[in-house]
Amino acid sequence: MTHRASHPNLLVLPAVAWLVVFMLIPCLMVLFYAFLTRGIYGGVDYIFTFENLARVFDPLYAKIFLTSARIAGLATLLAILIAYPAAYAICLAPKKWQPVLLFFAVLPFWSNYLIRTYAWIVLLNREGLVNNLLKSLGYTGEPLSLLYSEGAVITGLVYNYLPFVILAIYSSLSRLNPELLEASRDLGANALTTFWRVTLRLTMPGIAAGGVFIFVLSIGNFVTPAVLGGGRFQMIGNVVYDQFLTANDWPFGAALGMALIVIMIVLLLLQARLTAHFAGERREANDGA
Amino acid sequence: MTPSPRPILSIDGAVKRFGKTVAVDGISLDIRENEFFALLGPSGCGKTTLLRMIAGFETPSAGRILLDGADISPLPPEKRPLNLMFQSYALFPHMSVRQNLGYGLEMEGLPKAEIARRVDAMLATTDLSALADRKPDQLSGGQKQRVALARALIKRPKVLLLDEPLGALDKKLREKMQLELKRLQHEVGTTFIIVTHDQEEALVMADRLAILKDGKVLQCGGPEEIYERPANRFVANFIGVMNFIEGSIEGGVFRAGGQAIEADTSGLATGRPATLAIRPENIAVHSAGNGFAGEVVDIAYHGLDRQLYVRTGLCDTPLQVRVPASNGAFAVGATVSLGFAPAHCRLFQD
Repeated sequence: MTHRASHPNLLVLPAVAWLVVFMLIPCLMVLFYAFLTRGIYGGVDYIFTFENLARVFDPLYAKIFLTSARIAGLATLLAILIAYPAAYAICLAPKKWQPVLLFFAVLPFWSNYLIRTYAWIVLLNREGLVNNLLKSLGYTGEPLSLLYSEGAVITGLVYNYLPFVILAIYSSLSRLNPELLEASRDLGANALTTFWRVTLRLTMPGIAAGGVFIFVLSIGNFVTPAVLGGGRFQMIGNVVYDQFLTANDWPFGAALGMALIVIMIVLLLLQARLTAHFAGERREANDGA
Repeated sequence: MTPSPRPILSIDGAVKRFGKTVAVDGISLDIRENEFFALLGPSGCGKTTLLRMIAGFETPSAGRILLDGADISPLPPEKRPLNLMFQSYALFPHMSVRQNLGYGLEMEGLPKAEIARRVDAMLATTDLSALADRKPDQLSGGQKQRVALARALIKRPKVLLLDEPLGALDKKLREKMQLELKRLQHEVGTTFIIVTHDQEEALVMADRLAILKDGKVLQCGGPEEIYERPANRFVANFIGVMNFIEGSIEGGVFRAGGQAIEADTSGLATGRPATLAIRPENIAVHSAGNGFAGEVVDIAYHGLDRQLYVRTGLCDTPLQVRVPASNGAFAVGATVSLGFAPAHCRLFQD
């Protein structure tokens, strides 16, 4: 096979070309547009300015960024709290059942994102399943306003991205050497202390990977806040959407988009640092597993 | 320190079933205080399951495990005053050597100063002081092994359990660590129970050993006793090198290939097949004489000695005969005369 040594370099060419054409160049265009002036009927005029970037830090938009970060943060926290026990339970199941359980965990993912989000309207509206259930159980007389709220948006985000978080945490948990947990018990730690000091600590890379994933996708999301938030409050994704399609201010939309990309890159770098920090430990954790 | 006869750990009719398979099939053993005890057997013999039952990671299906006379079978691992050194070492990868050693003491709720003092002392005993702040992935195999040992010993367990402790090390290091383990055991004065599949390792290190097969103890005793007087054919074959000659008892005499071999036949059924076992070093070889005639078919040079393979009329496979390496008198094709000392011949009828 030595005469084929140069092939691997050629084999990545299609992927690299794809990334350059559909990822790198559009990103550079967004970056470029962020420094231009808006055209009167949409589009851009090629007049260089820092004004768009300065507007990103306007308290009005800073507040929307913070709201988005809060919603994404809560969704992340909730998703991890749900995904961790689920992933743990899958890991404890007999080996032959684990792929089946993972399949079911990921199953909702195979349906359309928009349909899955609209389904929550059916569940949460005033005449929806949840309200009817609560009423029939006598918990509430008046139907609750569940839909078009921050809670509904967070629910939608958690629901949509949970499978990824479960997968990320599962992959981390399943690579944990069970003898480490036994060693902890053997040295006098009970099950809870063992979980806290060994299991959780060593599965941090999985939590970080799943967490960054849902956070990044949530903070820039515009479908879920539009559908389940009912336009009552805005996340930064909606503002970007509006700038391009309603306000016809492409340069400002591009500047906001750049800010989102920067947040994403910073988080991914942090996650990579964390994973590298744990890399040696993970290798060790695999010994004899 | 000579082992005292008092049993510190008693395994009383322990049984472990996994579904339909019986991993441990009614084992009873007494392990004496301060002795180095080895559980020896081929893989799948139940030795690791037995060790895990003692440590508390498996619940016996039947039987009891007594430590200092008290039944510890219902206790979870963290409540048992004994520690296990894992085959994979199971060092916590996110903790330094010092933190790994301190972990068990933290769980006892000892004050920080006391923990630091004992960790430092243990680091010195196991020659790890220079590595105290390293993470496990910065250690060599031998160093990890020492950390794992130190982490278990620092808890001052009444019994230290070691699961194939030297299995991951290369031959040179193994031999060094065998002696190191014995030294440490004397130094800390603790009972060691080691699980191994390596009969040489067991013979070198153990005060007493138990040979396990199919979840049962075949023989339990000192290394010399087991080497010199194996209780049955399996033990004879498993420990060291053994020649087997198939024959039968006729009129109180063992006969093979039409010739009689002098051996103690008391207690054996006459007129029935039997196997004679003799070790290579117990066969005398001469260039001529009135012993059993044979022909040297192969010679293996081992440095310290030479292994001759001698074809005789006694059995199909050539007999292995060990002579000192300095004895270069025999060449392939030479005819020789073999002599079996009756005291070293053992007969089995199983």
